[in-house]
Amino acid sequence: MYHYNDFDEAFVRNRVAQFRAQVERRIDGSLTEDEFKPLRLMNGLYLQLHAYMLRVAIPYGTLNSAQMRQLAYIAERWDKGYGHFTTRQNIQFNWPRLRDVPDMLDALADVGMHAIQTSGNTIRNVTADHFAGAAADEIADPRPVAELLRQWSTDHPQFQFLPRKFKIAVSGSRHDRAVTRAHDIGLEIVEKDGEIGYRVIVGGGLGRTPMIGKVLRDFLPQADLLPYTEAVVSVWNLLGRRDNKYKSRIKITVHEHGIEEISRLVEEEFQQIRPGFAGFDRGLLSHIEHFFAAPAFTEKSAAPYDEAYQTDPVFRSWADTNLTEHRHPNHAIVTVSLKKHGATPGDASADQMRVLADLAEHYGHDELRISHEQNVILPHVHKGDLPAIHGALKASDLATANIGLVSDIIACPGMDYCALATARSIPIAQQIATRFDELKLEHDIGALKIKISGCINACGHHHVGHIGILGLDRAGLENYQVTLGGDGTETAAIGERAGPGFSADEIIPAIERLVLGYLDLREGRDETFLEAYRRLGPAPFKALLYPEAKANAA
Amino acid sequence: MPRPFTPKVVTANRLLEGDAVWRTVTGDWSPRLSDAELIEDARTAELRLLEAAAEAHLVVGAYLADATKAETGPKPTHFREAFRTRGPSNHAHGKQADIQEKT
Repeated sequence: MYHYNDFDEAFVRNRVAQFRAQVERRIDGSLTEDEFKPLRLMNGLYLQLHAYMLRVAIPYGTLNSAQMRQLAYIAERWDKGYGHFTTRQNIQFNWPRLRDVPDMLDALADVGMHAIQTSGNTIRNVTADHFAGAAADEIADPRPVAELLRQWSTDHPQFQFLPRKFKIAVSGSRHDRAVTRAHDIGLEIVEKDGEIGYRVIVGGGLGRTPMIGKVLRDFLPQADLLPYTEAVVSVWNLLGRRDNKYKSRIKITVHEHGIEEISRLVEEEFQQIRPGFAGFDRGLLSHIEHFFAAPAFTEKSAAPYDEAYQTDPVFRSWADTNLTEHRHPNHAIVTVSLKKHGATPGDASADQMRVLADLAEHYGHDELRISHEQNVILPHVHKGDLPAIHGALKASDLATANIGLVSDIIACPGMDYCALATARSIPIAQQIATRFDELKLEHDIGALKIKISGCINACGHHHVGHIGILGLDRAGLENYQVTLGGDGTETAAIGERAGPGFSADEIIPAIERLVLGYLDLREGRDETFLEAYRRLGPAPFKALLYPEAKANAA
Repeated sequence: MPRPFTPKVVTANRLLEGDAVWRTVTGDWSPRLSDAELIEDARTAELRLLEAAAEAHLVVGAYLADATKAETGPKPTHFREAFRTRGPSNHAHGKQADIQEKT
């Protein structure tokens, strides 16, 4: 993985020193809150309902064991002993005190991490496929591109006061695990006539006006990546609406001007700035690529795996659910669930973080990944080591076998923490997971993505959940709207609103009716919820959610 | 016609700790909503908010929140404000762990 050079190190340290002085000036009264707020946001510090919150970037979701241990240390030293992994490959600390934040940032810098541009109207943390470098279906590792974009976008003088935030995701596989079509720019590594290039998708996004991104360039040659991306952001920087924050994102710009006009403007800008990129960017990319060389995969017997698979049903259930095919046949990708039934999606205690760090160090080439689905991944594990890993995970409450199932729910922090939220999302996720665990039907139900947001900004990606839940405030009560048929992959779709919302008491039984009803509607075990929805359309699913409406109509 | 005034309290988050606080009759900031001054008219509310704004060295983001009168002091009328008096529902952290609310 990438290691900071002297420039990176000095830059991040300098930033911490500046922020330390800014905090002091805020406390001694030399800075007003209006002056201080944009400065703290640029460094990832929010003020939430009950406390400050520090959002730390985990660029393209990649961590080593030392970094994970440092997150555990920060959680214990300055927070309440846990961290919350988010839907954009960040970690949030929910309880820092203002005076401690510069020390936390210094501790992050000690392991090559920062909180820069995790907030504000800037280019945010660049995310990538969490199986990067390991997936069997991968064309090329997306992380070198993501790292290049991180370096290019960090403190880019032209892009510090954008019309609004700007999010980029990169995928290197045929199967899109990075939700590229719901990003301001989604980059897909593609291959044409043996040459690697990028499909550039723009104008995707969720929130108030959900949109699936549109293809701006079907094949962008590798050499043009940075000037072309810069051209896209530059065009939007000028055109993007600063008069109305609900219309400021690039998805609205693309919608208002049309993809053809945006394409024309981008090509014009691209031709103009391209000569300025004289090849340094390409040199830097190939330099970065060296850091992401595949590890030396171990050759040894996979017999312990086969034996455990035959003899231990708990291991077998976990292996069937939480493992993904690795590009190397003797290896596997392990997804560690942070969704134990009834627990908070994405929360990990400091002890759990240290266990994960140890496992990565002993068995996983020192690599960890954080997925936008709020789980932790050991990307390179030899199959022979899986029984030992499973044993260690079990001992730390990390062995839940539910990846991709009904209880593997994405949920934003909602009104338990977030100042923007209109309702809570965590308790809804906890109750749904607990209920389906009681029913013991989870594995029978099969692949199903439930995603919950506590407000219209859609951090919980509800629009692309097979079942999406949106928490709102309706006349002073928490109310939950259901959307159906969303999809965040290469076949992306925005879910359709099913009908009137449900109260906090009604929503769990409603989801239960919907999911159990699907079992009767499907053509067989192989037809997933989403496939059944696409075959049958919304009507039978709405009838499950609203049985009284059906009774009235009859 | 202007909407009739509903009783309010002044609330904010503390600058250093970030936790929720409420303004009392004596102009202090308390971690308990029940200690707050319940404001019954719009002019006083406006004045108290201005006073709070002058205390930027202590608090951030002061605003008026609806509250209602109870024997033990003001009570929240909206769930968001009720959550601010307690803390999150998934961990016993925040006010529910740190302070004893009057019953």
